[in-house]
Parts: sequence; C-alpha cells; structure tokens
Amino acid sequence: MSVNHLKNIIEIKNVSFSYGEVLVLKDISLSIHQGDYLGIIGPNGSGKSTMLKLMLGLLKPTSGEIKLFGQNIADFRDWNKLGYVPQKAINFDSLFPVTVYEVVEMGRYNKKRIWRGLKKSDHEIIEKSLRQVEMWDLKDRLIGDLSSGQQQRVFIARALSSEPEVIFLDEPTVGVDMKAQENFYALLKKLNQELGLTLILISHDLEVVSNEATEVACVNQNLVYHSDPKDCMKVNYLQQLYGADANFVIHHHQ
Amino acid sequence: MLNIFHYSFIVRGLEAGILIGAIAPMIGIFLVLRRYSLIADTLSHVSLAGVAIGLLLKINPLLTALGASAVSSLAIERLRSSKKIYGETALSIFLSGSLALAIVLIGLAHGFNVDLFSYLFGSIVTVKQADVYLIFGLSILIFILMSVFSKELVYISFDEDAAKVSGIPVALFNNLFILLAAATIALSIPIIGILLVSALLVLPVVAALQLKKSFKLTLLWAEVISLFSIVTGIISSFYLNVASGGMIVLIMLFILGVIFICKREKVYKI
Repeated sequence: MSVNHLKNIIEIKNVSFSYGEVLVLKDISLSIHQGDYLGIIGPNGSGKSTMLKLMLGLLKPTSGEIKLFGQNIADFRDWNKLGYVPQKAINFDSLFPVTVYEVVEMGRYNKKRIWRGLKKSDHEIIEKSLRQVEMWDLKDRLIGDLSSGQQQRVFIARALSSEPEVIFLDEPTVGVDMKAQENFYALLKKLNQELGLTLILISHDLEVVSNEATEVACVNQNLVYHSDPKDCMKVNYLQQLYGADANFVIHHHQ
Repeated sequence: MLNIFHYSFIVRGLEAGILIGAIAPMIGIFLVLRRYSLIADTLSHVSLAGVAIGLLLKINPLLTALGASAVSSLAIERLRSSKKIYGETALSIFLSGSLALAIVLIGLAHGFNVDLFSYLFGSIVTVKQADVYLIFGLSILIFILMSVFSKELVYISFDEDAAKVSGIPVALFNNLFILLAAATIALSIPIIGILLVSALLVLPVVAALQLKKSFKLTLLWAEVISLFSIVTGIISSFYLNVASGGMIVLIMLFILGVIFICKREKVYKI
C-alpha cells in the first residue's frame, strides 16, 4: 500500500461529549493522517476511551464533527476499513467456545456479507492474517486456552482479516506479561512500517507510547498536546495532564 | 410390546419433538452465552398467559402463546436496551405479571381443566395435527434464519462493540434473535411444558459446552444431545405413562451428569 502521509484519515473538529450532565471531552480537534502511529494517553477517566468510541461511531458527539476518510461519520459505510482491538480484560469471556480460527473469521463478517457465507478468498485472507501474527499453528485451539499475549495477537489477526486501513487499539496490553508486550509492540511497529497501516493506540503507559508511537495526543478532557511523543515527556505537559503534584518516573526496561 | 407408531399422537409428538429438538440448541446456545438463560423462563410464563387467552377465547392456544411471547420479547429487549431498569428486573416483571394475568384468566374460565395441566408439564397428547403444521413451518423458518445469521450472532455475542464497528446492525439482530427465541419457546410448550422449556433450551448446550470444542462442534453436540433426549424421552414417557416433558429433562440431566463424571475421571480428555 502506498502511504500518503498528507492524507487525512480521521478529522475531529471541535468535538465535545457529555454523559448526561458530566462533560467528558471538551472542544477536541485532531487530524490523523495515513500511516500515522498515534498514541493517545491520559489518566484514568480522562476521556481517552470515549474519544476512541467517538471515532469508531460507537458514541455520537454532543457537538462538533467527525469525518472518517473524508466522509461525515453519519454517512460513512466502509466500516471494513476500520479494525478494532478491544480492551481484552473487559470484553472477553474466556469460556466462550470459539477457536482461534473462528475468532479471526469474525473479521470477515460485515454488512455486505450478511446473506452469504465465507468464500475461498475469505479463508485465504484469514490464513494470511493468522500467519502475519504467527498464530497459524494454533488456529484450532480455543481462544480461552491461550495466554494473554497470544490472545491479543489473535485479536490483531481478526482486525487484519477485515483488510483495514486503520486499526484502533484500546489498552491492548493490560494483563499481558512484559516479554509478550515487547513482541506485541514489535508486531505493531511492523504493521505500521511495512504494511503502512495507520494505528491508533490508547494507553495509560507513557513510556510505551513515547517509545512506540510516532505521534502522541495527550487527553484530559481537553486535548492538552498533540505532536511528537518525545516532547510530550517534557514535564510541563505532563503536569497539565496529570496535575501539578504528579511525579513521573520513567522506567527503561532492558 | 406395543408398537407405538400405530398411535397417531405418538407420531405427531415425535414429528413435533424432532423439529423442536433441532432448533432449541440453535437458540439455546446464544441464550447461554449471552447470559440470557432466564429469558426462556420468563417467555414461557408469558406463553402461559397466551395459552390462557387462547383457552378462554377458544382460539388455538399455540397461536395465542406465540403472539404473547413475541410481543413481550420485543418489549423486554427494549426495556433492557433502554437501560432504564436492570435486565433481570425486566424479566421478573414480565414473569410475575404474566403469571398473574394467567391466573386471573384461568379464574374467569372457571378453574383448571385438563388442557391447562398438559400445557404446564408437556404432553404430546395435546399436539394436534394443525400444531404439527405450524411447528413445521416455523421451525424451518427459524432453522434457516439461525443458520444464515449464526455467524453474526456469534460475533455480537463474543464482542458486541467490535461487531458494531464492523457495520453489523447489532440492534436489528438482537431484536430478530429475541423474536426467534420467543417463537421457539412458545412452540416447545406442547412437548415440554411451560415449566420446563428453559431446560430444553439450556441443558443440551451446557452439556455440550463441557466438551470444550469449537463453536460449530459445540452446537453439533448440543443438537445430538437434544434430539436424542427428546426422542428417547417421548418414547419412554409413552411406556411409563408419564408427562413427556419430565422424561426429556431427566434424560438431559442424566447426560449432563455423565459428562461431568467423565470429565472428573478424565475419561474424556479436555
């Protein structure tokens, strides 16, 4: 895929969102370009997950405008261009009787395919997606029997199998051990650099975001900062984000 | 030994039973996985009110049970998704409300009669030829729709947000599913009885889930357990002269028990 870094994939203009009386996001504007690897960070309750849900169309903004691939989100129909890797710990029943292969099959279901089953070409894409995340050998295992790191790879494969242009990841490595996390982020880097996929990663882990993402948005109700991740680590932004009393200790893992 | 196939009510009962036995796990597997098992109990009690309306107005009670169950299922789903009250509260309101309605209607019809008793506990003697046609037509429809849409329903049950993101009309599917569940529950009543409907939907699925297989194989095993229990249950209930519903559920429980014991003794590798 040829990547045009000037092409806007997502445009958020003056978006605010409230749950009832509670204002969660205030006047956010942000553009995400093709090939970006954007990390969204912020403390708990800062509205970063809400921001993701707004971009995915799962929530409607109270005011403001969101465009996906140049189209207003209300008119947007090419949902297969978006891949979604949910926050694993919350959204997943480990006793659910599905194999790795059956999970990745889900990525091929969408509105256009409601009346028909999967074809040979669909199965080829499923195999390719599983091989990309190196999970093909475990395709017949039940998803609940895998380690957390392996499960997250399967969810990436499910997102890949819809042949998306952008993948959204909501705190994808919560509960995943350190070694598996490193492999997981190496995989994301490969998807971003080699396949030109746009990635939007939500994380509370400042270090991961500063090491991995090419751009960062710091959210705490307002958009505090949006640019190069290395600069975001400068303390004044973080104090704006987390409050003046917060101390930051940056760990560097070997 | 009596040749049971000489009795037309047994043949009708088996025909209806096999049709119900085939669709029940297709619905039941999603009820179990979505933690909706209790909705089967609620809708079967709503069906009792439907049956009472039918008996009172001298309309085929299966038709009125279907209507009551379908309307209530959509109302329950709406209440649940509006999040104005808790999901299980909605179920308990409908369960007790419809039971109250049924009791009042039965009183108006001057008390219990034999018909109503067989609706409570299931008796294939009550299955009329018209019922078999109705069960046949609707079962085929439910079977086709569930076969076509089970892939979307798996996705929605496993990960509702991701299903929404991929553009699947989740609310539409939730309503369609609950409507098909309501129809299956109402259609099962002549065979299994109002009080045992949820067992018919849930037990074969719970037994199959213990085998730890893929979704497709879990469903297949649930079908095998369901059909086996229904056929042997109906035939044994004839010889023992007891209600078919009770026998079917006891056989299902026996199979579940055997699977649990085999698992504990590691006869069956999981």
